[in-house]
Amino acid sequence: MNGLTLVFSLYFYIAVDIFLVGMLLKIWKYAATPAPLKIPLTPAPKTAAGVGGRMFKEVVFFKSLFRGNKPLWIGAYVFHLALLFVFMKHLRFLFPSTPAAFDYLVNYDLYTGFILLSALAFLFILRLVIDRHFYISVFNDYLLLVLLIAIASAGLLSRFWEGGGVRADLPAIKEFVGGLFTFNPGVVPMNALFLVHFSLVMLLFIYFPFSKMVHAAAIFFSPTRNQIDNSRVKRWGPWTVKKSRYASGPASGDAVPAQTPQTLVTAKEESQ
Amino acid sequence: MAEKTIEKTAAEIVTEAEQNKDFKPQALTGEINTPQVDDGLIIKGVTSAVKPYMAKEDVQAKLGFPETLVDNWEEAAVRKLGELLEKYKSLQVYLDTCVRCGSCTDKCQFYLGSNDPNNMPVARAELLRQVYKKYFTTEGKVFGKLAGAHRLDLKVLGDWYAYFHQCSQCRRCSVFCPYGIDTAEISMAAREIMDSIGLGQKYTNAILGKVHDIGNNLGMNPKALAATLESTEEDLEEETGQKIRLPLDEVGADVLMVTPSADFFASPHVESLLGYAKVFHQAGISWTFSSAASEAGNFGMFIGNYSQMQKVASRVKDAINEIKPKRLIVGECGHAWRVAYSFWNTLIGPFDMLDPNYPSPQHICEFTLDLVKRGAIKLDKSKNDEFTVTFHDSCNVARGSAMGDKPGGQFTIPRELIKASCNKFVDMDKSTIHDRTFCCGGGGGLLSDEILQIRIQGAMPRMQALHKVMESDGVNFMALICAICKAQFTKILPKYGVPMTVAGGVHQLVSNAIEVGAKA
Repeated sequence: MNGLTLVFSLYFYIAVDIFLVGMLLKIWKYAATPAPLKIPLTPAPKTAAGVGGRMFKEVVFFKSLFRGNKPLWIGAYVFHLALLFVFMKHLRFLFPSTPAAFDYLVNYDLYTGFILLSALAFLFILRLVIDRHFYISVFNDYLLLVLLIAIASAGLLSRFWEGGGVRADLPAIKEFVGGLFTFNPGVVPMNALFLVHFSLVMLLFIYFPFSKMVHAAAIFFSPTRNQIDNSRVKRWGPWTVKKSRYASGPASGDAVPAQTPQTLVTAKEESQ
Repeated sequence: MAEKTIEKTAAEIVTEAEQNKDFKPQALTGEINTPQVDDGLIIKGVTSAVKPYMAKEDVQAKLGFPETLVDNWEEAAVRKLGELLEKYKSLQVYLDTCVRCGSCTDKCQFYLGSNDPNNMPVARAELLRQVYKKYFTTEGKVFGKLAGAHRLDLKVLGDWYAYFHQCSQCRRCSVFCPYGIDTAEISMAAREIMDSIGLGQKYTNAILGKVHDIGNNLGMNPKALAATLESTEEDLEEETGQKIRLPLDEVGADVLMVTPSADFFASPHVESLLGYAKVFHQAGISWTFSSAASEAGNFGMFIGNYSQMQKVASRVKDAINEIKPKRLIVGECGHAWRVAYSFWNTLIGPFDMLDPNYPSPQHICEFTLDLVKRGAIKLDKSKNDEFTVTFHDSCNVARGSAMGDKPGGQFTIPRELIKASCNKFVDMDKSTIHDRTFCCGGGGGLLSDEILQIRIQGAMPRMQALHKVMESDGVNFMALICAICKAQFTKILPKYGVPMTVAGGVHQLVSNAIEVGAKA
């Protein structure tokens, strides 16, 4: 194992660990935080299966976004779908062999990659040209889009750019990346575009749990969407007191009465 | 003592308001237009000085809040935010999740009406989120302002005080959010934080004090309430020739009726009260109001304080224990119905002592429509022939609660009841009804006159939609099932040049149409 291989391997393991631990901590936090009152956004399903259906429509079809803003829905939906395809086709780097369906997808590399890039560019432009979207966008919103565009560009270029000797050596990449997953990394391929692509993806993984990308997990914990509208039929709660580490008494030193939350913090969160 | 600047205290700076005397409501065209930067219409901070009065010391003290802005308000507010993040999943998830996609940006009536971009739901939430990022997230600590993080300073606190009192917690933005982010939850948390550092809103907090002291939002003591009900009974007898009762504190009545106190004498609310009384009379069901629970409204929700909400709700529990009714019915009130439908069972339940054959609580529209369908009461539609009726879905009924046992019953049940009471009914534009309904502009604790400007602006989308059906179909009655909607529209309609009598209750129509005395 040469020095560069060691550096990139360590980088990979650190990034993946940060991603996994970070996301698990987020998910744990969302799951553990109580939802003291029933707040489904009505009309809401009256059964658990109905809620499952509601979540499915949101997660798979972005139903509410579709109702809210059609151009945005197109951009967001195409982006997420293309990302899914691109992600799936990357699985061939991880496994010795992939199912025929996956190999079939690989034939459409060009399309999914460029569709992904176009969708990202479209989302970027929407932020710039719609006055309201421009108003609410912060630097990091653009930064994330730029990061994704850079990742997709480097990945695409390394696959399709014939000139300059930058076309990636796929078997070598497979050996390196596949090896990372079996804790036996091969020699890192000395291909500039691949290294840029790989490094930026790892950066994305590191940033993921700390950014708005946590929406990938958080969407499942949204009380307005994941609760059953049955508050009259089935009692929600009751809740017992849990002392918050922040609830340290009066706000100032004088005789201000402390806000004691009488009830309403969970001990046992009733399963739906 | 509060922090001193050159001449003003911090509290004075934060709550410094300005009334725009030249303010004119938008002309009615029937169109709801989204403000555009190109037109020079989006003006940052244009309503930043529209702020409610700050609650006085005695009001704050009564609710257990610091009397005025505490010295260490920044630290105290941040600590409170930390506490709420641990208590409320909604807040934790919603502060993390927003991707600023922009879907909500043109959905809030207060943005559409005011052109102030801070009234875009995402921008409003960012007012709190920037502070969350600054103190609670790695991203905010690393990237700072680039990630939209900002310290809680006096300017930010002033923005909180303005814009979290320009949100009626109507949940319309949440409908269009890919993650269901509920700005109502964020507004409630922000108000709870402000209360906890001594920055209360006078209107909501004074009313909460009145409920604790006297029993209802209007501060009507039991004696005055009894007298009002008695004189209303006399009016009813004069009108109908029947002894229609408005019972109070009658132990053992089958139904305990909890209604917003405005129903007892405000106009047009009282017209619906007559409707309830006639329905009970004609159905032959014994019922009573309670002086202990002479208020359905629960302003504890507006300020996001669950203890207050539970304390107000507990009056209903006390009344149940005293009256020992079989059923619990709630009058026409939007936010009250949300608290009753969604929260009562948690806050003061379970309702094991009530008859399990009926939903507890039950909405008066569910109750009356059921009687109509069973033929227990008869409605003569022609009595309302002077009216062409439309229905305004009250936001908290539409998106925070339900009726009946099927999703969407809150839309169909009141409409069915209206259609059973009159011959001419027209719905307003599809994009302004059902779960896409607009708030009246006065909900969520905004029904206070010093912020009349934002109430008029917030009513704009509904006014345009109403204007459209008034022009096209000759609508002259907008039926409501919310005490706040009724009070708001009675005040706002004339500002837009529409007669205030266009606003009325659903049970006002029932009251007109019901055949009293005739045996079913």
